[in-house]
Amino acid sequence: MDYLSKLENQSIYIMREAFNKFENLAMLWSIGKDSTVLLWLARKAFFGHVPFPLVHVDTTYKIPSMIEYRDRLVRDWNLHLIVGKNEAVLKSGITYPNGKATRVECCGTLKKDGLKAVLEKHHFTGVIVGVRRDEEPTRAKERYFSPRDKNMEWNVEDQPPELWDQFKTDFEKGTHIRIHPLLHWTELNIWEYIERENIPVIPLYFANGKGERYRSLGCAPCTFPIKSSAKNVREIIEELRHTKTTERSGRAQDKESEDAFEKLRRDGYM
Amino acid sequence: MIATKIVRQAPHSRALGQINYMDNTNGSSSPSEQLKIVIVGHVDHGKSTFVGRLFNDTGSLPEGKLEQLQKVSERRGVPFEWANLMDALQSERDQNITIDTAQIWFQTKKRQYVIIDAPGHKEFLKNMVTGAANAEAALLLIDAHEGVQENSRRHGYLLNLLGIRQIAVLVNKMDLENYSEARFKQIEREYRQWLSSINVEPKLFIPIAAKHGDNIATRSANMPWWSGPTVLETLDEFKVSERPEGQPLRFPIQDVYRFDDRRILAGRVEAGAIKVGDRLIFAPTNKTSTVKTVERWNAPPQMSAQAGESIGITLTEQIFVERGAIAALEVAPPYELSKFKARIFWLGRQPFRKGKRYKLKLGTQEVECEIEHLEKVIDASTLATVTREAGEEYVGRHEVGEVTLRTRKPVAFDAISEIIPTGRFVIVDGFDVSGGGIIVADNYPRRTSDALHKSDNIFWSQGKVTASQRALRNGHSGCIVWLTGLSGSGKSSIATELERELFNLGKHAYVLDGDNIRHGLNSDLAFSPEDRKENIRRIGEVAKLFADAGVIAVTSFISPYRADRELVRKMVQEGEFIEVFVNAPLEVCEQRDPKGLYAKARANEIKEFTGISAPYEAPEQPEIVLPTDKLTVGESVTRIVEYLHVQDEETEISI
Repeated sequence: MDYLSKLENQSIYIMREAFNKFENLAMLWSIGKDSTVLLWLARKAFFGHVPFPLVHVDTTYKIPSMIEYRDRLVRDWNLHLIVGKNEAVLKSGITYPNGKATRVECCGTLKKDGLKAVLEKHHFTGVIVGVRRDEEPTRAKERYFSPRDKNMEWNVEDQPPELWDQFKTDFEKGTHIRIHPLLHWTELNIWEYIERENIPVIPLYFANGKGERYRSLGCAPCTFPIKSSAKNVREIIEELRHTKTTERSGRAQDKESEDAFEKLRRDGYM
Repeated sequence: MIATKIVRQAPHSRALGQINYMDNTNGSSSPSEQLKIVIVGHVDHGKSTFVGRLFNDTGSLPEGKLEQLQKVSERRGVPFEWANLMDALQSERDQNITIDTAQIWFQTKKRQYVIIDAPGHKEFLKNMVTGAANAEAALLLIDAHEGVQENSRRHGYLLNLLGIRQIAVLVNKMDLENYSEARFKQIEREYRQWLSSINVEPKLFIPIAAKHGDNIATRSANMPWWSGPTVLETLDEFKVSERPEGQPLRFPIQDVYRFDDRRILAGRVEAGAIKVGDRLIFAPTNKTSTVKTVERWNAPPQMSAQAGESIGITLTEQIFVERGAIAALEVAPPYELSKFKARIFWLGRQPFRKGKRYKLKLGTQEVECEIEHLEKVIDASTLATVTREAGEEYVGRHEVGEVTLRTRKPVAFDAISEIIPTGRFVIVDGFDVSGGGIIVADNYPRRTSDALHKSDNIFWSQGKVTASQRALRNGHSGCIVWLTGLSGSGKSSIATELERELFNLGKHAYVLDGDNIRHGLNSDLAFSPEDRKENIRRIGEVAKLFADAGVIAVTSFISPYRADRELVRKMVQEGEFIEVFVNAPLEVCEQRDPKGLYAKARANEIKEFTGISAPYEAPEQPEIVLPTDKLTVGESVTRIVEYLHVQDEETEISI
């Protein structure tokens, strides 16, 4: 079996385990390449259907074409989308773009707390998330089925053993499990799979006329394009085979302090 | 409903060609292959240093990183340590952080590698097990100076138990031993002996000095005596793990979907292959049906699926199947028992205790289990048996136990030596996965004989359950234990005690007692020879039904006439009627006279009383004779239980 098929089969297996084990299951969809591949894999796993809602935590600062792309796929693929917003903070205006919060504080309220509110409102006990181990160091420590406590916190020092595709599916009331079906994929694998399956991705990933493209997508004020001439999927694959810079190099909130991202993730960021 | 159409030429994507399902023919576009490796060994034997060096020597470091880190060390006046490289890279900061199963990628000319579980943290064993269980090959480091240590041995043992077959042993820090070939050979000899005692055949031993890069990417000038390969060459020799071909089909059902007009049984083919037209048997319900279609989404239609593929199937005849069932071909089904032998390694905070119930997860099956018998507890670093205080029976954290497990319901499984994915399981204690186990081969009964029956009769399609299927489920076959003897010989006492003893052994037993039957079923009968005959005939028929249902029916009746007892014997299969002659002399019975019946008979108050005014025809060839004037009730019961046990073993039902 070729390597991409191995990855695909493993992810499908994990997703089906999650669907069977969690009555209240949702999938986070950030509109980016990873969670769109995840969405594609869900359709593979469930034979063309997506039998759980997708959650998009909207900070309202997303790049506008991301929202257009999101709404179009929801229509075309007949998806059930739940949009979560931290209305209170947005109303108060204490955000980074307004100059009233640091980048990390802003991520904490708009994304992390926004997510927490959606999970609580809908009583989700299982949340499928498209994070990958090769993205950044704290995600490298993740499990496929990763428990979060009542405060959404992640106990990275004491994680459950995971062997032979037997996952942690028993958990205390009030806690929830993050499920990571893409954990073993690399950025390169994601693009190779997008190419193989012909998955529609948002054009922001491709180089524009100015020799720039987005390698990772987030909020407009904190996400910057990288220098690149890769105009299509094939050229991105070639670029990634030779690059030595990190994937999230265009994401400003990671760099605010040495352990900014680790702190965010321990507190429940995806 | 196959939705391939939706995908084609999505308007937003640029430069997307036609769908390309298996594009690995063209070299430039072949998806990158990865080999997952794990690095294990005793603390301070150089795992972190080795990883840092490996990363550097494969050119995997970002540009200028090494120089930058060396400058930092220089500025602080501390020597540069390769061991700190990974921490520094991962966190971009100097303080030591605790790394859990972190992964590191590096590249050789041949392929990409990912190191699962970068070393250097607490709780090492739990993470090492997680890392190793997901790895395809392992490098085990031993310090040339310190030699083989506790965890060198324990990790070797666990790698084997976890199923890692590709192992290379790196004898590190050769510089501390003056690159001595003799020292290398000595360690190799010692450790090889350990590995062979646990049936592990390592690929090879390599002398290295990770700190200086000796024999990692390039051959060491310090060890001209070494003509073997470098570490990188050895890694490139390892094979990406593929599931073996030609095994019997094992398709555990993950779920049943009815999203549209199809009823799809979803799962991953764990062994063998499945194709349209295959006649399947679903353990443990043993229903059968035929594969109508193999379902995938956004893939070209195919008639079959291979091991490792997550697919779905539909069936020609709709039968009740749920998660946990394992589909197999009728000719080669898995074992299906509620008792098996296993080797367990325990990671839980609380020990694995006899007498406590746990959840066992094997494939997609979940069943309650407990230790039936704890053979022994092993220290995996010495293979020594761990001794416990009397009455203390448990497998402690990081220990290995050899156990017989009993499950509440039968489990479909294979021995680990036969089919790996259905030969191993985990144990859940409370909310936590706390241990893993492999099923050890034993003479488990196969149900192939039943499957073979299928070809010339109609058992299965009628949904009928055969006696031997029931026997496999129950762990014993149904039979009639027929106690015969004079009034007062001890039949009732033995019968009730036997029932209790069999129940305690987990067997299904039920006593048909004279008085109970006479009050109900046979209340219309008196004690004439004709009525006695009819009484026994009816009891015989009822006992036969119980035996058919898989129960050990224990009857306790005087049943004085030989011909009546022979009639019952002929109702059932040979071996299912066990005649037990409860033989106490008349004088003894009359002396006991528990119900005062002999006295009444002597006083002629009871007519046709066996032994006094009616004959008793003793059995000529009973299966068991119990001289109850010499045996206690307990001794009598033991004799019957032993007889039943031997009989079950002869028919390979008891395990």
